[in-house]
Amino acid sequence: MKKQRPVNLDLNTIKFPPSAISSILHRVTGVAMFFALLFVIWAWAVSVSSPEGFANVQALMDGLIGKIIAIGTASALTYHILGGIRHGIMDMGHWEELESGNLSAQVVIGLWVVLTVVIGVALW
Amino acid sequence: MVTNQASIKRNGVQDYVSLRATAVIIAVYTFFMAGFFITTEEITFDVWQGLFSGIAMKVFTLAALVSIMIHVRIGLWQVLTDYVKPTGLRATIQYVLNIIAFVYVAAGLFVLWGV
Repeated sequence: MKKQRPVNLDLNTIKFPPSAISSILHRVTGVAMFFALLFVIWAWAVSVSSPEGFANVQALMDGLIGKIIAIGTASALTYHILGGIRHGIMDMGHWEELESGNLSAQVVIGLWVVLTVVIGVALW
Repeated sequence: MVTNQASIKRNGVQDYVSLRATAVIIAVYTFFMAGFFITTEEITFDVWQGLFSGIAMKVFTLAALVSIMIHVRIGLWQVLTDYVKPTGLRATIQYVLNIIAFVYVAAGLFVLWGV
């Protein structure tokens, strides 16, 4: 770059808009679920195949690690579906303006936090 | 033509439609399973195995798994092309991840077979 351009390195003044946070969360939860499926499909396969396997998975789900994986996966899936519904509505031409796009992102993130707490309490 | 065949993505419109079509199936499956967990008072082994023993549920589950494979193929491509720039590395990662996605479907099929 030959031109002298102003560079803003004061990171405290730079903030992602809600729509950007929504976008990255959609990606993170999607990738996370891909790997979480390893546990989900394994647990499903074992639990559905024999009563012993069912008991084993049930015991695992009562443990700390099992609960963390279950709640984490459910939370990621919840966000991904909420974000997906938002994308579907945007496909139909709504919430595409700066203001409405950021508002819908904030609503989706807020709803996700609430639902995660509900799921967390229910599964714990 | 060659570029089209060699690139790991295929057609933008096809990807767009496939991503949404599969998303709907996965979402409906999720809502169904959530409903099952919420409305079933006590999930025992018999209830759990009984759920997956009917042909309709087997088809539904397999449809969801195949949808996940297609959805993941497009979604991971979108993410990887943004963050992994060297083509060889990206192709390798995608190759491995798509095999894992296939394993999910195949494992699911054989489990459903035995229930």
